[in-house]
Amino acid sequence: MSILVDGKTKVICQGITGTAGAFHTKGCLAYGTRMVGGTSPGKGGHSDGNGLPIFETVHEAVKSTGATASMIFVPPPYAGDAILEAADGGIKVICAITEGVPIQDMVRVRAQLDRYAGVSLIGPNCPGVITPGRKTAQANVFTGGCKIGIMPGYIHTHRLDSPTGKAVGIISRSGTLTYEAVWQCSRHGLGQSTCVGIGGDPIKGLDFIDVLSLFNDDADTDAVVMIGEIGGAAEIEAAHWIKAHMRKPVVAFIAGAAAPKGKRMGHAGAIIGGADDTAQAKMAALRAAGVTVVETPAEMGTSAALVLGVEVPVVV
Amino acid sequence: MKIHEYQARQLLRDAGIPVTTGRMIQSPAEAAPAAREAIAKGASLVVVKAQVHAGGRGKAGFVKLVNDPDAAVKAAAWMLSNRMISPQTPAEGLEVRRLLVAEAVDIAREFYVAVTLDRARRTNTLIASAEGGVEIEQVAHERPEAIIKQAIDPLSGLQPFQARAIGLKLGLRGRPLAQAADVMRRLVSLTIEKDAALAEINPLVLTPPDQAHPEGRIVAVDAKFSFDDNALFRHPDLEAMFDPSEENTAELRAHEFGLSYVALDGNIGCLVNGAGLAMATMDIIKLHGGEPANFLDVGGSADEEAVAQAFRIILADDRVKGVLVNIFGGIMQCDRIARAIVGAAKSVGFRVPLVVRLEGTNVDQAKLILEGARADIPTMQTASDLADAAERIVKAVR
Repeated sequence: MSILVDGKTKVICQGITGTAGAFHTKGCLAYGTRMVGGTSPGKGGHSDGNGLPIFETVHEAVKSTGATASMIFVPPPYAGDAILEAADGGIKVICAITEGVPIQDMVRVRAQLDRYAGVSLIGPNCPGVITPGRKTAQANVFTGGCKIGIMPGYIHTHRLDSPTGKAVGIISRSGTLTYEAVWQCSRHGLGQSTCVGIGGDPIKGLDFIDVLSLFNDDADTDAVVMIGEIGGAAEIEAAHWIKAHMRKPVVAFIAGAAAPKGKRMGHAGAIIGGADDTAQAKMAALRAAGVTVVETPAEMGTSAALVLGVEVPVVV
Repeated sequence: MKIHEYQARQLLRDAGIPVTTGRMIQSPAEAAPAAREAIAKGASLVVVKAQVHAGGRGKAGFVKLVNDPDAAVKAAAWMLSNRMISPQTPAEGLEVRRLLVAEAVDIAREFYVAVTLDRARRTNTLIASAEGGVEIEQVAHERPEAIIKQAIDPLSGLQPFQARAIGLKLGLRGRPLAQAADVMRRLVSLTIEKDAALAEINPLVLTPPDQAHPEGRIVAVDAKFSFDDNALFRHPDLEAMFDPSEENTAELRAHEFGLSYVALDGNIGCLVNGAGLAMATMDIIKLHGGEPANFLDVGGSADEEAVAQAFRIILADDRVKGVLVNIFGGIMQCDRIARAIVGAAKSVGFRVPLVVRLEGTNVDQAKLILEGARADIPTMQTASDLADAAERIVKAVR
């Protein structure tokens, strides 16, 4: 089990002929993801470098391939439209990797997405989602997993390949900090059920509570590692939700304790506005909800192992 | 992106929102005709205000009320030749290059009206208060009931009845109520049309009754806007308002190379990929007793030249006594960073200690590259993980 995607998920890439779209379609295929095609306006009817069919529209792609998930690399001015096209075309898991989508576009897109039942948007401005596959005899080759996005696949570990037999779910607002958490968990003998990079923008698709709730009901997730950052109140809302509903241990790290007020730290969402969106306020709220909050990003993996009661020597 | 008050007032005027008469000037001599113009339009007092992207102007003496053109010239001359220092400026203050000379209206009541994003509701929100003219954060903190909030439907906008209801709550009646409701709807449209992250009128003034306006009139006196940088591609008019002199030069230079850089007060330079990891790196430096000199996210697609530029920007800061490189390669390949470090060692030179922690895509190749160049970079240490890296750099700068 896993959440959102698994080895059977058929995936298309919107913007498959662009530099990033082509590069990461190849990377996902190499990981073992069932990439089945892509879209690129004006290039329908052709094939990409991997022999995957290119379609004019998502509707056509879905009809012809049966895809249920999409990875979007469309440039920022058109990304909002691409998200809505995916939803209208019948895609259920939409992963918008594109960075730099205007906030007002996302306000409209979010409101319109509510018209489509059962659609999950991940991102924009995110690394994507991965359900790790099993190791094979060949180094860095996996099978049965699903990687939709730009994360390095090889750092992830399937539960059955981990020495502890335990798996955590990972939710994060940041890309590379997610990799750091995955790497630490894998190093400490923990597998991952699914890792979701929800993205660093203020208006996005799935948020902490949505993903926490999926992990709560997922039989394959033993604990959750949650990585937040300064800006907004999503972590505080998540803390309230955890207190009321969460049945599994949660470990959290909040980035940006050292960030000054009023300065935007890269992400469009990472800016401290008031007293409530500081790292300190978020950590306090999570602690009050029973979450194990780590002060240092170096201890995400060890803490996850600790809350699961497993002590495994570091795998070097 | 932020703009000046005089530019914000122009945007309001173009959107059909009434604004006090005023003009931007850049020399003391221009103050006289600007003041005469305001007086000719009926102003009994004229206000001279510094145009800088920082608050606290009034207390710093950079907002002055004058009653004749000569006094306006004097006030302008003083402001243009002194640096403005307030709690919101750097310690050395800001140079003032532009002033606004405007009609100072008589005030019956002052309101606060703004449109900004409500992340939790995922909508734009109109915020209004009958206690305008002061720090709104303070009002929100001390008397939250004095703040009116109205979520704006993303697909249909602010409805006339909603704007009227807010005006009524502000205590307005009659013609000024209709005028204020109109201002609110226009401000909401302007926010969405121009991709503003914040559009604030403070104060929106109701003037005392006079012959022309027996119920008083509604007029915007001061305004503040900030825009979504990601949407500037569709607003060349806003891009033209950008004032580089208000920005940190190192931050601007970094931006040209696709780097996200924020200068801080410490002595440990950081070069990291990804905003979250960059913040986490600052955090762990602090936890080990060090102080980060900057936030720097090289992003995922920076080439060797951009990375070399990043090193130049970090090392140009005299306070930097050591550099920590923390890369978790995803799209960014570690070997590219390693080659950039070797290149930077040659072109820039690392006189200060350098601690490098690399993990992720192509890390093995990267380690070989760094090993091979060790003789050229004598101040370099490599770290095995995040904690080790932080420990090493903090020790090295002591």
